[in-house]
Amino acid sequence: MSAGIDLENVCCDFGTFRAVDNANVSIKPGEFFSFLGPSGCGKTTILRMVSGFIEPTQGAIKIGGKDMRGSRPNQRPTALIFQNLALFPLMPIWENISFGLEVRGVDKATRRKKAEDLLKLVDLPGAADKMVSQLSGGQKQRVAIARALAVEPSVMLLDEPLSALDLKLRQHMRAELRAIQKRTGVTFIYITHDQGEALAMSDRVGVMSQGRIQQIAAPRDIYDNPVNGFVASFVGENNIFEGDISPVADGMASLSGPHGNFRARILPDAQGKALKLYVRPEHTKLSKTAAAENSVEMEVTEVAFEGAFISVHGLASGGKRIQAEVKNDGVTQAPAVGEKVFATFDAARALLLPDANVRG
Amino acid sequence: MEDLIRRYGTGLTAVFCLLVAFWILVLVILPNFAMFEQSFRPYLPVVDIGGPKDVFTMGNYEKILANPVETSWFGIPITIPIHISTFVDTVFFSALVTLMTLILAYPLAYFLAKVANPRSIPTLLLLLFIPMWVSEALRAFAWYIILTFNGPLNALLKALGIIDQGVRWQNGVVTSYDAIVIVLTYCYVLFMLFPIYTAITSLDTNQIEAAEDLGSPWWRTHWRVVIPHAKPGIASGCVMVFMLSAGSLLVPTVVGSTKANWFPQTIYTWFNDALDWNTGAAYSMIFLLVCILFVIVMMRVFKVKLSDIAK
Ligand SMILES: Nc1ncnc2c1ncn2[C@@H]1O[C@H](COP(=O)(O)OP(=O)(O)OP(=O)(O)O)[C@@H](O)[C@H]1O
Ligand SMILES: [Mg+2]
Repeated sequence: MSAGIDLENVCCDFGTFRAVDNANVSIKPGEFFSFLGPSGCGKTTILRMVSGFIEPTQGAIKIGGKDMRGSRPNQRPTALIFQNLALFPLMPIWENISFGLEVRGVDKATRRKKAEDLLKLVDLPGAADKMVSQLSGGQKQRVAIARALAVEPSVMLLDEPLSALDLKLRQHMRAELRAIQKRTGVTFIYITHDQGEALAMSDRVGVMSQGRIQQIAAPRDIYDNPVNGFVASFVGENNIFEGDISPVADGMASLSGPHGNFRARILPDAQGKALKLYVRPEHTKLSKTAAAENSVEMEVTEVAFEGAFISVHGLASGGKRIQAEVKNDGVTQAPAVGEKVFATFDAARALLLPDANVRG
Repeated sequence: MEDLIRRYGTGLTAVFCLLVAFWILVLVILPNFAMFEQSFRPYLPVVDIGGPKDVFTMGNYEKILANPVETSWFGIPITIPIHISTFVDTVFFSALVTLMTLILAYPLAYFLAKVANPRSIPTLLLLLFIPMWVSEALRAFAWYIILTFNGPLNALLKALGIIDQGVRWQNGVVTSYDAIVIVLTYCYVLFMLFPIYTAITSLDTNQIEAAEDLGSPWWRTHWRVVIPHAKPGIASGCVMVFMLSAGSLLVPTVVGSTKANWFPQTIYTWFNDALDWNTGAAYSMIFLLVCILFVIVMMRVFKVKLSDIAK
């Protein structure tokens, strides 16, 4: 029932403004794929192109191998869940859910039955005859999902559907969505600007910035092996060092800058570009003495207790901010404010990365 | 009330209340009551007013049942009092005008609210408004000229080869009310347009898109999503256009044929030509009541609540 989606060199222009630039993605049938990016980077535009509300200026969108150019939203096997849900407030819940079936000429008894089945699936039995205004935010969410599932789409498109919910409910609905996706096997394309959400739910994530897809990879890879500084910064915290690069063998290079000489991993295609060193706070260790390599002295300015770990902020020479995390395991000691310590990191955990991939 | 006093002080609040009371009492209730009262008195020479002949009577109301004539409705010949016939025609053709304005205004309102480029809306609204700056009388006479036998409409149709003989539009082609219906539709279409436009503007565009995304063809999206949302606007547009059309005196007088009588003309005749204000008042009362009744019945049929219209 589910279908794959291919975006081939897809561009979308609004006047002279290019909202989506040369997107290439191949999403597999039954995959949970997320687009992650900051506000205004073109996520919604991609979704609207897949659902058929906008035609790409260039390139092709294929659903299940079929080129979709020229087919209207009502002819595509997709179901879109809008950011504001867009439920029909003048219809009772069951009519909302079965609207797609009404369109297809299904008789009333069958529609009613199907709506009740779907309400069970989304864990909302007994709501069939309520009105939209009588439901809570999370319940409306489920109705929107049920309404989209009713037409048995090959592809579900979700535009930040959880953004209006509070944290607890959001976490619950994440698990729920993931479970529904597993149960139905439908391809999900999920849009969010919340990296936690994208990393936790998805099979693969496409990180976007300014209309360009920066990286497509599994969540783990996105976090551990970002391809550029934008991706590294968007999905987590970093300590960033600048300097001149000189290549060393075996995928490693050294960076010499105002804070000293560091050794770090370099990707083959990054050679010769302007690079910076990125290392995550949880890979930044603190010690009283300098290590053999990758070590920088700093003065602790803030110690914040975060529960599972303790976040330590400090200033190195030249006012460089550095952040480290100390595990709250009862053994490791966190330094005190004002103390001078060395921040060190493993060369294998540090990456030399270019800035974001933007239009020249 | 307390809220008003807190906000504007006692003095200003009193002024507000007195003004509203003045409006309702002196400008609305009193004149209508005077007419209501007059309608139950016979038409008498001035010297007899207040005298023994000035008694309570239903005679004025009974006059509407006089003078049966033979006419035909949709080919069915019937005998009916002439004023009742006029009355029924007026209500029927006003309803027709209402329907025509609705058919014209709904697509235009939808276009303005959801399709047109938002930047061009002020210009489009201005273009729609400009004809309203011209008085109704001038617009009616303009249509009189357009529709005359030697007028531009016949000339155009002849030039296009659609007709080879001039048509007497004012005598009517389909019914003798053609010209009245056309001109009333033209005059009142904006009263239909704006309430519907406002209602559709408040509809979330995502709902229209959601319907389409679920596979709905355009007509079903309108039927199930847009029209239900716009219903209060449609209802208030319909009530306004119906009441204005049914109450119009000017348009039927200017463009109507000799065979097309509009009920306000009948009332006017009683007041102005016969100088019988009592019968005129009685006819007005009947007309007012039946029009209100008609609107209420129609609202019931289309399941519209009074509070919807007030929105
Ligand atoms: N109809 C339009 N006309 C002109 N520009 C548009 C239009 N729609 C979107 N844009 C522009 O395209 C860019 C991408 O918009 P898009 O809605 O895809 O962003 P987004 O990634 O979904 O952001 P958000 O997270 O805020 O929803 C934005 O800069 C926006 O201003
Ligand atoms: Mg968006």
